[in-house]
This record gives sequence, structure tokens and C-alpha cells, in this order.
Amino acid sequence: MGRSSKVGDAASLTPPRGPAGANGEPGEIRSGMAPSVSSLLQYLVSGVTLGSIYGMIALGFTLIYNSTGVVNFAQGEFVAYGALVAISCSTTLGLPMPLAVLAALVAVTALGAVLERLAIRPARGSSVITLIIITIGASILLRGIAMKLWGPDALPMRHFSGETPMGFAGASVLPQHLWVMGIVLTTMIALWLLGERTQVGKAMRACAADREAAQLVGIPASRMVMLSFALSGMLGGLAGAIVAPLAMGQFDMGIMLGLKGFAAAILGGIGNPVGAVLGGVLLGVLESVGAGVRSEFKDAIAFGVMLLVLLAKPTGLLGRRAQ
Amino acid sequence: MRGSRCAVVLLAALVACLLLGATGFAAKAKAPSGAPYVIGAIFSITGDASSLGIPERNTAEMLEKSINAAGGINGHPLKIIIEDDRGDNAEALNAAMRLVEKDNVLAIIGPSRTGTTLALVSYMERKEVPLISCAAAIQIVEPVKRWVFKTPQSDRMAVHKLIPYLKQKGIRRVATLSDNTAFGKGGLAEMEKLLPAAGIAITAKEEYGPKDASMESQLTKIRGTEAQAVICWGTPPGPAIVAKNMKQLGMKIPLICSHGVANATFLSVAGSAADGVVLPAGRLIVVDQIPKSDPQKQVLESYARAYQAAFKKPADTFGGHAWDAVQLLAKVLRQTGPDREKIRTAIERTKGFVGTGGIFNFSRTDHNGLSKYAFVLVEVKDGKWTLLAQ
Amino acid sequence: MKRELKRYQAIGLVAMAAIALPRAMSADYQLHLAAIIGINTIIVLGLNLLMGYAGQVSLGQAAFVGIGAYASAILTVKVGLSPWLGMAAAVALGALTAAIVGVPLLKLRGHYLAMGTLGFGMIVHIVLVQWDKLTDGTVGIMGIPPLSAAGVALESAPSMYYLVALCVIVSTALASNIIDSRVGRAMRAVHGSEVAAETSGVDTARYKLQVFILSGALAGLAGSLYAHHVTYVHPDTFGFAYSIQLVVMAVLGGMTSIWGAVVGAAAVTIISEELRQYQEYSTILFGAVLMAVMIFMPGGIWRGAGDLYRRLRRMRPGRARAGV
Repeated sequence: MGRSSKVGDAASLTPPRGPAGANGEPGEIRSGMAPSVSSLLQYLVSGVTLGSIYGMIALGFTLIYNSTGVVNFAQGEFVAYGALVAISCSTTLGLPMPLAVLAALVAVTALGAVLERLAIRPARGSSVITLIIITIGASILLRGIAMKLWGPDALPMRHFSGETPMGFAGASVLPQHLWVMGIVLTTMIALWLLGERTQVGKAMRACAADREAAQLVGIPASRMVMLSFALSGMLGGLAGAIVAPLAMGQFDMGIMLGLKGFAAAILGGIGNPVGAVLGGVLLGVLESVGAGVRSEFKDAIAFGVMLLVLLAKPTGLLGRRAQ
Repeated sequence: MRGSRCAVVLLAALVACLLLGATGFAAKAKAPSGAPYVIGAIFSITGDASSLGIPERNTAEMLEKSINAAGGINGHPLKIIIEDDRGDNAEALNAAMRLVEKDNVLAIIGPSRTGTTLALVSYMERKEVPLISCAAAIQIVEPVKRWVFKTPQSDRMAVHKLIPYLKQKGIRRVATLSDNTAFGKGGLAEMEKLLPAAGIAITAKEEYGPKDASMESQLTKIRGTEAQAVICWGTPPGPAIVAKNMKQLGMKIPLICSHGVANATFLSVAGSAADGVVLPAGRLIVVDQIPKSDPQKQVLESYARAYQAAFKKPADTFGGHAWDAVQLLAKVLRQTGPDREKIRTAIERTKGFVGTGGIFNFSRTDHNGLSKYAFVLVEVKDGKWTLLAQ
Repeated sequence: MKRELKRYQAIGLVAMAAIALPRAMSADYQLHLAAIIGINTIIVLGLNLLMGYAGQVSLGQAAFVGIGAYASAILTVKVGLSPWLGMAAAVALGALTAAIVGVPLLKLRGHYLAMGTLGFGMIVHIVLVQWDKLTDGTVGIMGIPPLSAAGVALESAPSMYYLVALCVIVSTALASNIIDSRVGRAMRAVHGSEVAAETSGVDTARYKLQVFILSGALAGLAGSLYAHHVTYVHPDTFGFAYSIQLVVMAVLGGMTSIWGAVVGAAAVTIISEELRQYQEYSTILFGAVLMAVMIFMPGGIWRGAGDLYRRLRRMRPGRARAGV
């Protein structure tokens, strides 16, 4: 597959054809053949890359959910801001890439903390649905600000280490794909270490497992909430910064990404960090394979399979108790 | 007890709000005979179509200023009241009703998209107010509606423009990759109708969502067919991502795009992957290469310069559709004065109107007024739009 | 009994005000807005029953509205049925879809159910776009004929408004009845604690499904009204954004209240309309207003207004702020 030919000179291609017709017309062109191994591998590469991003977004949802029981509808906007800040820093300000990514990280971490302080803290004690609507309001607000600051058009971002694709068993992998997968993996390990080895991390896990019990042993719930929002911001911002070279940055990119991240978190079992990333990767692969099977229905395939999984396992793949 | 009292209080408050809004509404919709000529404009300034609506809004505001600076229309100032439909069909209708009933506009320009335009058609026909849409779909003017016109070129003309090029290059089998919005679907429908009839087979029909981040799967599938070219129908960032994915997958077959990418965003987002892309486009993006003898040259140059000066960005075809609509109305108003029926008839009788999208020849049966000669073929070379020999 | 009487008094007062409204309005635009508010109210009524009383979240309600709207559109424009038959079909289809989808979906709880309804909504939208032989896809269906009563076409803004108002009043009375009935008590029990309800012998699954079906029927009715009022349907009108907007209306109004539905629908519609003039800033302002209202009136506007009213009546400075 993928025969090479000079640009614009299409006459040299000879297609595989069925038998010639009765009057000698050329036989029907064979198309829509079953995917080859290299095709499947390609679906996997793009699926796992995108899926890692969904997983990171899902992790953000999980962190906030674990500390407040709230689904943060502004999570997608964290990703958008991460992408846009990184783009501004690297393109407009000309900062070197690591600094631009770091700036994006810091900015959106701060954004998460500000959101918690200004919007969530004052409504502390309200019902979960009220808090969710507040995050919906926040997402609308943030989208509006992003459009004012960065305009409506898509903005490009330089790939971290060039755009030369690498062949791998017939599939092509970009350096950026490896960056995304690598950074997501590293972040997961770092978060795991945080949870296992540090006081703060253990406190967060305790809060997630049982908030009241955690408070009884003196863990300050409100600080955990602030921390979870800040950390979610960091994850969202990082996700945005590393996916921007592939997906472009645009003020409303958060809508779909947030939706799919939420779906991934649910698929994996909301509240379970490993489930979140697993759900993300699974959703990414489903979408990618779905696009290869019937691209008009790729989202329907992805959501359909997800619904089937939920019906078979109503608390998600790795979910613990029912909410 | 509290429940019912509160109900009355709240309902009274609601009614009061609506009544307060009512104070701005005149009792009868009659065209104003006072000084300013008021027209309405509905654009998608916020929402997912804002990359269309904002240049359109900018252009309308720019023209309002320049027309008034040059003395208005026969001495009457032009007033353009701009409403945002937020990319939502229901809101577009609200905006239209507000403009017609509160502001008594003589005509409405826009909206930016097919869905938002079609939502207005029955209302505009009922209220007998001219509508000059900036949306592309052919269904806006086919079948012809008395009061509805449009300025953008149709997909049919774009495909007609491409067919001789494809034949010349010996391309007999193509794969289509279109987005699943009205624009992409409209282009796909025209390609399905016109390409096989011209002897060009479609080996694969793939789709993508307008906000998708990767089209690698669809392209991998296309690569497995015997397509000699990919035709991508959509607006940025989609086609730019397609261009980059094709390069990444090592696909050597040419990429042909629609006029939806005739804007600076496509070039900046696709970067070097845009090189070699061929598209039908209005002459605006290659204005420097258009010969002086071309009747559109002066109009294009003045628009491009004015837009760049006012907004520090290059003019694009979306803004151009708004330019055509405003200038068409201004020209007609000079002849007819503030009368909706006369405006409508005058637009229908307009011939040889030089706009940015082409030269318009309206008629009773043609409310778009353009043909495939509105397009030129453009290729991207070294990151720049380059006019191809036609 | 006393509370029911009060409620019917209130409904009667509202009905009278609704009937008087067109006399105060001189323009089609305002009656059109009122009709849209009414249509949204019907949907939000169903949502309130589902979310507020039965405690089940739906992030895909727009799909049922779309099913109702397209049922009316297709049956009248393409099949040539009478619009009233189309409306009946829309309601039936809304209910039927809810029944079919509800049986498996309602096995999910909490956020999982939310995701389930969201997924359902996305799939319906994709079907509306892609099944273009039936729905005309992204072009939409134009020229939906009006309903007619006694030979007179209900085309003008006042007549459409009266029809919508009538449907709102009927739906409100219906919802009110249900809340006060055995079903309503069962629903509240389910909301309080499903486990407790089940152990007291309440068939939670059946009641949840009944409320879900009712909300689907109401949404179908609203969809049909929308189709005949605007005379054009398009898939994007019934997408995820509209589902979220409906949930916002429900919570903003005050989920556990019938009046909350009217207030929520009206508030969101009117605020949205008034903010439109600010163009790019309207999004920013709307987000800010939404956040502010939910922070300061966490129980919704209806309850918040009631609290404010109570506070102003008592005017005791030392009293703790209600609701916080």
C-alpha cells in the first residue's frame, strides 16, 4: 500500500481490477479491502496518542471528582488554555519549547487554583449539581475570554523535535506522538509516586477513599480541594501543550476534548486514576479504529461501544462502588 | 400561600421585563422615511463559526464607516445593526425578528452559515424583507425564494472548476474526505453528482468532524484504495490537519481542497504541508497576480488594502462575502431608496455587479448570480497562493 | 388537599396572566420569545421531575426534543400526514424511545447515567446528520406546515403562543398532579435513598422508568411545537449544547419546583437575548452571570427569590443568611 509516485503524475498508478466487462470496459475498481496489518498498526498509533491525551484529561476529572464529587465541566478549557498559552509563548514570544510548556503548565495550574478559590470555595456546601452548573458557567466564561485573547482561528504550534515521520512496521510515527505518549506515561508515574511516597499524595488518596474519615484524622479537606483543582489544572494544561502541535490550538477545542475526557473517566470507572487513563486510551483506539471502519459513524461507534461496556459493567471498567 | 404569591410576583416581574423590552418596538413595520438607511446584519460572531462571522462583521463595520465618510447613500447615512447568532439556528431567528420588528431594517445581510440562513427563510418570506445570505449552500437559492439571495459561490461551481484540471492531470480516481457539516456535506453531494458523470470515479468517501485532531485513520484507509488524489472539503483547521497527516503518512498523491481553505489560517496552520495543494478560489487571495485588465482587480485591491490597514490581518473570502452583500445593497439603495419591494426587484435586476467573489448577474431565477468563472485555480507554492494558468 | 388547592389557584392565576400577555405585546418577536420560553418550560418540567424528584440526571434531553421535532417534520412534510397526527406521533415516539432506551440506561447510576444519556444524545445527533434519506441531513427540513384548529391555520405569533401556553398549563397541571400523587411520593423516596426506598417495597426501577418515559413524552411534545413554530429543523439545534442549556435552565430555576421550570427557562432565554448585543463579550458575561447566580442562589432562582422575599419581610439583621 502507499505506492509512491511523482506529485501530480497519477497516470503511473495501475489499480487492481475485477474482470473486464462484456464490451471491454475496464473492470470495477477494487476498493474498501480489509485493513492490512500496517493499517491496523497506524490506527493504533494515532489511537493511543490521542487516547493518552484523553486519559490525561480524564485524570483531571478524576482528581477533582475524588475530592469534591463534582464533575468539572471546565476541564476541557484547562486543556485549551494550556495549548494557547504554550502557542503564545513559543510562537509570539519566541521562548524555547521547554519554557513554553512550563509556562503553560504554571499558568493553567494557577487558573485551576483561581477557579477553586473564586467559584468553588464560596459555593462550598451546595449540592453537587449546583457546583457542576458553576463549572459549566466557568467553562463558558473561560471560552469567551479565550476567544477575546486569541481570536477565533486555529493556531499552529511547532512540533517539539521536528516533523520527520519514522517508519515502524509499515506505520508512520511522528516524534510528537512519542513525546505525547512519553510525557503522559511519565506524568502517570510521577502521580503514582506522589500518591505512594509523599505525605500530600497519601492525604489526597485518603480523601478520595473516604472524605469524612480523612477529615477525622485531621486532613484539611478544603486544602485537598484546592490541591486537586491546581493539579487538575496542571494536567489539563500539560495535555493541551503537548497535543497542540498535532491538533492545533483554538479557543473552543476544549468542548470536544472535555467531553471525550469525561467519557474516558466514566468508561474507566470514575474515581479510579488507572481506570481514567485506561478509559482514555481505549476511547482513543475505539475512535481511531472506528474512523478506519466507517468514518461517518466513528463517534457513534466510539460512544456505542462505550455504552455497551457500561451496560455490561455499570461502574466502568475499574470502578469501585456505585456513586 | 407563599407559593402562589411568589408565582404571581415572579410572573409579573417576567411580564415587566418583556414589556420594558416592548418599549423599543414600533407598532407597525413600515419602512422609515427619516434620514438613515438602516440595514441589519446577522453573523456568527461567537460560537464555532466565529472564524467566518468575525471577518464578516469587521468588513460590514468597515464599509459602514467608509460609505458614510464618502457622503452616505444619496446623502442618507447608512446604519448597519449587527446581531450575533452565536452559530445557533434558533438564535438567528430571534435576531432576524428583532431586526425586522424592533429596528425596522430595510434588508438583512447574512447569516454566515447554511443552517442559520435556512432557519430565517420562511420568516423573511412572510415579512417580505430581503435577505442576502453569506452562506454557501445551494439550497438557499435552489429552489428560488422571492426574498432570499446569497453572495458566496456554490459548491457546484467549485467542482465544475476542478473537473477540467483533474482531467488534464490524468486523474480518473479520487477519494473524498469531507467534514460532516453542511459545507462538507454539500460539497460531497455535488462531487457525487458531477464527478462520475465526468468519468472520474470516487474510490472512497471518508468523513471527519470539524474539530477532530487527526485524520490518519481515514487517510490510511484511502491509501489502501487506488485513489490518485484526495479531495478535501472543509474549512480550517480540518484540511490543514489533513495536509499534515498526508505528509506524515508519506502519501505522495496530490491533495485538492475546496474554496473553504482560501484564507490565511490554512496556510499558517498547515505550514509546509500546504505546498502543492490546489484549490478553486475567488480571486481575492491572489489579487497581486490578477492582471490589471481583470474587471475585479480594482475592487479586490481596494478591499484587500482597506481590510489589512483596518485590522492588521489579510482579507479573506468570508469577509469578502459580506463586502459583496453590503456593496450590493448600497448600490441598489442608491437607485431605489428605502423601499423593501423595490430593493428586492432591483437586486434581481442587477447585472454586472463587480464584487470580491466574482461578477454578479442576478435574475428572477438566479438569486446567486455567479458561475464557475467566479473561481480561479490556485496552487500553494512555497507557502504562498499562486495563480495557476486557467 | 389544601396544598393542591393553593397550587391550582396559582396555576389559574398564571393562566390568566398568560392569556392577557399578547394584549401587552405589540410585536411578533416578543410573542415568539414567549413561545420559545414556553416550549423550553415543557421540556424542563420533564427534566425537573427526572432530576429534582427522581434524582436521575439526563444530559441528552435534547435528543428526545429532536426526535419529536423530526417526527413532526418528516410526517407532515414528507409523508403528508395531518400536523395533529404528527404531534401525537412525536409525543408517542418520545415516550417510546425513552422506554426502549430507559430500560438498559436506568440500570446506571449517578454520573454513569449522565454519561449514558450523553452518549445516547450524541448517537441521535449523528443519526439525524447521517440518515439523510430520511432527515435531509445537514440541510434540514424546511416548510413545515402549521397546525390548524377549526379550519384556521395557527400561523400567527399570537395563535402559536396560545397553543404553547395551553400545552404549558396542561403539562404543569399534569406534573403537579404527579408530584402530589403516590408516584410522586415514590419518586421522592427514590431520590432520597434508592436503597431505603427499595427496602420499603417501592419498585424503584418501575418508577424511574415511568418518570423517564414521561420526560421523553414532554420533550417530544415540545419538539413538535418547536417544529411547527419555527417551520425548520436542523440536527445541530438538538445537540449536546442544547442538552446542557436545558440542564442549566432546570437547575437555575430550581429543580424541585414546578415554577422553577418557567423561571429557569425564562431567565436563560431572556438573559441570553439581552446579552446578545455585547457580541464577543456576551459569552463572558453569560458565564459570569451563571456562576454568580449559582453561587449566591444555590437552590436556584425560585428558591433564592423566595428566600429573599422572606428575608425582606422579616428584616431581622441578626438572622443568618438562608441557603448558604
